[in-house]
Amino acid sequence: MINAILVFNNHGKPRLVRFYQHLAEEVQQQIVREVFHLVLKRDDHICNFLECGSLFGGSDYKLIYRHYATLYFVFCVDSSESELGILDLIQVFVETLDKCFENVCELDLIFHMDKVHHILQEMVIGGMVLETNMNEIVAQVEAQSKLEKAEGGLSAAPSRAVSAVKNINLPEIPRNINIGDINIKVPNLSQFM
Amino acid sequence: MPAPIRLRELIRTIRTARTQAEEREMIQKECAAIRSSFREEDNTYRCRNVAKLLYMHMLGYPAHFGQLECLKLIASQKFTDKRIGYLGAMLLLDERQDVHLLMTNCIKNDLNHSTQYVQGLALCTLGCMGSSEMCRDLAGEVEKLLKTSNSYLRKKAALCAVHVIRKVPELMEMFLPATKNLLNEKNHGVLHTSVVLLTEMCERSPDMLAHFRKLVPQLVRILKNLIMSGYSPEHDVSGISDPFLQVRILRLLRILGRNDDDSSEAMNDILAQVATNTETSKNVGNAILYETVLTIMDIKSESGLRVLAINILGRFLLNNDKNIRYVALTSLLKTVQTDHNAVQRHRSTIVDCLKDLDVSIKRRAMELSFALVNGNNVRGMMKELLYFLDSCEPEFKADCASGIFLAAEKYAPSKRWHIDTIMRVLTTAGSYVRDDAVPNLIQLITNSVEMHAYTVQRLYKAILGDYSQQPLVQVASWCIGEYGDLLVSGQCEEEEPIQATEDEVLDILESVLISNMSASVTRGYALTAIMKLSTRFTCTVNRIKKVVSIYGSSIDVELQQRAVEYNALFKKYDHMRPALLERMPVMEKVTTNGPTEIVQTNGETEPAVLETKPPPSGLQPASQANDLLDLLGGSDITPVIPTAPTSKPASAGGELLDLLGDLNLTGSPVSAPVPQIAQPPFLLDGLSSQPLFNDIAAGIPSITAYNKNGLKIDFTFERSNTNPSVTVITIQASNSTELDMTDFVFQAAVPKTFQLQLLSPSSSVIPAFNSGTITQVIKVLNPQKQQLRMRIKLTYNHKGSAMQDLAEVNNFPPQSWQ
Repeated sequence: MINAILVFNNHGKPRLVRFYQHLAEEVQQQIVREVFHLVLKRDDHICNFLECGSLFGGSDYKLIYRHYATLYFVFCVDSSESELGILDLIQVFVETLDKCFENVCELDLIFHMDKVHHILQEMVIGGMVLETNMNEIVAQVEAQSKLEKAEGGLSAAPSRAVSAVKNINLPEIPRNINIGDINIKVPNLSQFM
Repeated sequence: MPAPIRLRELIRTIRTARTQAEEREMIQKECAAIRSSFREEDNTYRCRNVAKLLYMHMLGYPAHFGQLECLKLIASQKFTDKRIGYLGAMLLLDERQDVHLLMTNCIKNDLNHSTQYVQGLALCTLGCMGSSEMCRDLAGEVEKLLKTSNSYLRKKAALCAVHVIRKVPELMEMFLPATKNLLNEKNHGVLHTSVVLLTEMCERSPDMLAHFRKLVPQLVRILKNLIMSGYSPEHDVSGISDPFLQVRILRLLRILGRNDDDSSEAMNDILAQVATNTETSKNVGNAILYETVLTIMDIKSESGLRVLAINILGRFLLNNDKNIRYVALTSLLKTVQTDHNAVQRHRSTIVDCLKDLDVSIKRRAMELSFALVNGNNVRGMMKELLYFLDSCEPEFKADCASGIFLAAEKYAPSKRWHIDTIMRVLTTAGSYVRDDAVPNLIQLITNSVEMHAYTVQRLYKAILGDYSQQPLVQVASWCIGEYGDLLVSGQCEEEEPIQATEDEVLDILESVLISNMSASVTRGYALTAIMKLSTRFTCTVNRIKKVVSIYGSSIDVELQQRAVEYNALFKKYDHMRPALLERMPVMEKVTTNGPTEIVQTNGETEPAVLETKPPPSGLQPASQANDLLDLLGGSDITPVIPTAPTSKPASAGGELLDLLGDLNLTGSPVSAPVPQIAQPPFLLDGLSSQPLFNDIAAGIPSITAYNKNGLKIDFTFERSNTNPSVTVITIQASNSTELDMTDFVFQAAVPKTFQLQLLSPSSSVIPAFNSGTITQVIKVLNPQKQQLRMRIKLTYNHKGSAMQDLAEVNNFPPQSWQ
């Protein structure tokens, strides 16, 4: 069973936090911080498995992580999951994100946190793996977004907002924006697949 | 009020914050806006607000005020609302809030919704955070959906069922009929989740396990299709057809085949096929192989298959990919108990992994190496492990050192090798050695008698240069204290003897005492060692006296106590010093729990902190008393001599001395072999400091207790009017042979209800030809007025040989005890 799925960047800022176990919020945040510290210490040529029993109160738990450009994808699993299998699952997850967002980068995850959650929901329920076929997942996600769009989307504004959304064309603008001190030059994720 | 800002706006704004404080401010402002919007019960913008709230929750800010809003969203008719509502419920709510029960009705309605995506949402939420009450209420709906033909819903229902079973195990039977057709599905998603459901059920209930065993052929068939079927673009991952499903099925097969011959039989072929046909160039292939290996090791597979599995693991060890190596080491560790020989074949590869850069791999390799050490390879393995100890990270050193000690103890080919290995560990990782290793090492060293000189010499050399590693210094001080004479006399056979003078040795011990790096425990060891050297060294006794007296005023209470007692030893009890400080005898192996069997061992193991005083003077007599104890075995007669004095160290010696003072005995002073016992006070009181009994009751007949080989022992009795339970027996031993009997010792034991006191004999030589006798007084306390019985043991030297005899005395006259 998967205990938690965490995605954070190289500075520890959380981009996706999903726990499949009941934990208080402070505990959740603390775990995110500690996992970040543990994972940051690892060199690139070291294996992707870490023991982390102390964090979750059981000796059974392992952290399996992969580092893609500026993001760490960390799955915390117990012994019932195959470690190598989870590595593959992380790969499938990232490839799915890539398909759904078209050349996904960190900003996509930042601005579409809810969509990322929905994609994840099509893959993992209650800590168990639901679907691993990328095309299937993408198809279902698209169908649901169509439903949403028909209703007016998250903005919940009448149809002119829909066209406004269409015009924003998000994936491109962020690459050129200098927001304050943060100068974003995010490479394409596809290089790392 | 203006429309609440969109989620993207919020995110953009927050990202412009330059400091944590700025960010907090922005978020608080937005929270306030959201809260007022909630209060206005605005339906249109609610989902936008909750989305923002979820974002802020992810960043770590409190969002509990949105919980009820999530519920309102779930109840809405719009899909968008429901979607965000359910997501919010999963992230913000859990069983502990009572609010979550309000969801039950909504979920129930949504499970029957016309749109499959809404149903999917409901199933997802229930499967993530459904509480036991919710699960109980909704299990029926889930079960219905498990039988639907819609594969999208079916797979979600299967996982939801797993969650329900986890929360409410009693409901497992409910899902049983639905599982009948699950494996007939074509859709891989459904197959996958069905296998998960079956796995969960089998793991939870042995009955289910037995029931599902009949599915093994079907599972084997599915697996076969996956491997044999050609390229299928739908499920292909790096050239392998749906590896996730293959891994799941293999795992289920493992559970079904465990401890069951028939199922294992049915699986053998397919496992062999998977093991040989899977491509190993990518991670997916290796994942499948890994799972196969684990399955083969767990079920009752034939030996050929097991060897194949271990060879696959061996190949993994040579793989460049760290993950594969890690996984291989982990599985080898699990199998080394059962398939020891097979794993031995890969020993050299495992030992190579000790040199890997990766910390996780090193740790696994170290554990596995310890498991592989046996009598044949111990020398080679130890060399590698010692080298590893030298170069590894500090977090490993303690475990490695303990492991090496254990392995060395079990498989040491020779004592010298063993001691060399210990020395090596102490010098390389001396400060990481665990505290409990020190007494074990000391005991080991005492036991290898012929190596004493060699050991003490090496230890001395080791601490000459550096005395900062505490365990090393402790062991070295102890050894120098014990075997210092060997060190100074240069008697080492194994090695070039070094030239060490008494002063040099004392220099080292004194520097240990003074050094700031020495722990209090170490100092204690050093002081005791110096004291012991006072009997082994000849020219430096004065120096030792000086050192000991200095520490009499040490701030450390432990040291002060020791020094004061040692001082007393020098001053008042100098005659006892040699006996007290003599060489420790070989120690019995003591068990780690419980107190040492003090009755059996003559020496005392030195628990560093507790040991404060030298062994008691009652030691020698106690050993003889113990012999009597052995003689008497398990009968109801127990020797009166209480063994308690040996557990109360020198104080027993003190009492002993007081006893002798008070009793004012006639006859020769106490010599060591005579059994003297610390007596309960009332016996003395009864005697009112008059050693010999003058009150003679009306004559009690005397008896001959023993008459053999020319030795005759008579008992005469006296009873006191003041204390009717006390009987005084005077024994007289005479010798009718032509030669004297020397070193005569008389010992006695009485039944438990009695108490016995033996006073000192008049002498220990019985002259020949009945020309003289030895007299000795025995006092017997008989409060229950039971029949007096006694066992006696006599030891003496006669005609140049040592004689020993046991006898029982039963002919006591009734007046002596009634």
